[in-house]
Amino acid sequence: MPSPLSSTEKRESLLTIMLTFFKVGAFTFGGGYAILPVIQQEIVYKRKWVNQSVFSDILIITQGMPGQLALNSAIQIGVRLRGTAGGLVAALGVTAPSVIILLIIAAWLYPMVHDNIYVQAAFYGLRPAVVALIAYAAIKMGRDILHGWKGIILSAVLLVIAIISQIHPILVLVAGGLAGLVFFRGSQTDA
Amino acid sequence: MLNILLSLYWSFLKVGLFTIGGGYAMIPLMEAEVIRVHSWLSASEFLDIIAVAEMTPGPVSINAATFIGYRLAGVTGSLVASLGVITPSLVLLLLLARILFKLIQNPGAKTFLSGLRSALVALILLASYTLGQSAVIDLSTAFIFGLILIASLLRPVSPLYYIGLGALLGLILFPY
Repeated sequence: MPSPLSSTEKRESLLTIMLTFFKVGAFTFGGGYAILPVIQQEIVYKRKWVNQSVFSDILIITQGMPGQLALNSAIQIGVRLRGTAGGLVAALGVTAPSVIILLIIAAWLYPMVHDNIYVQAAFYGLRPAVVALIAYAAIKMGRDILHGWKGIILSAVLLVIAIISQIHPILVLVAGGLAGLVFFRGSQTDA
Repeated sequence: MLNILLSLYWSFLKVGLFTIGGGYAMIPLMEAEVIRVHSWLSASEFLDIIAVAEMTPGPVSINAATFIGYRLAGVTGSLVASLGVITPSLVLLLLLARILFKLIQNPGAKTFLSGLRSALVALILLASYTLGQSAVIDLSTAFIFGLILIASLLRPVSPLYYIGLGALLGLILFPY
């Protein structure tokens, strides 16, 4: 898969790769799936660095492996353009805006406004809002992936185990994966 | 100091390594590491940081890692935590991409991932309940929670709008 120049004739400079992903990192809000259409627009339609079918392959790996979606796609596109160095500058570009912006907020803005009564009031409403979005993410993900009764039962059993045992989420994930190997074997859908 | 930097790096590396599918998949892991295992933050401090991470551009988990790292160990802490969260992606995609591409298309890997995603649904649901106990504390916050949950189920627009709505309702309903 990572054969540089497989889909492009022109050698892009490392700086261009970094700046392009810096822009993606700096102007996309909401994380995750909100970022992918922006990357597609920038990389496939505007810069034509990879075509749509290569981009689809990239998305398959992006979603099937660990890590942030934006970061995973950026690294793969960087590798395709300029090998390992391309992957590294793409990662640096997409990560840098987050680190810079959040450092400014954490070091300066947040301590300055934190004790303000209106800021406290805003966070009083932001906390339940964030919890609602997390609950929504669970419901949406459940609707999208738990098709058959197998998935629902597995999910419910793991929920009970996680509540009772209080074990680390990593163990619950691994247990789920191993159960999936047995449980979902031979099923057609990726339930 | 070195100890806290090492634990920060290791904790966020685990978060990066087991965040599969992006987005809120990292919430249960981060919550476990930051609140339960290390007691670095309270649940409401954690939620405040997630809210800020959601309002600012870029991947939410890298944003949150930077903020939490800064809180614990200043600028060095923020760099170490964000490096930790991106390390698994870098290693896997730069060094093991070929093997990974083959592995991901293996039917066994697909069933493993399906099982893992079923676990993830349970974990995210549980995290929302656990975190909810420090966020939904009275009638007003229960109203905000319910309204935004129902609204996002009916109209799944960008979460940024609902974050903004939450802040606005907080300003109106806060018991000053």
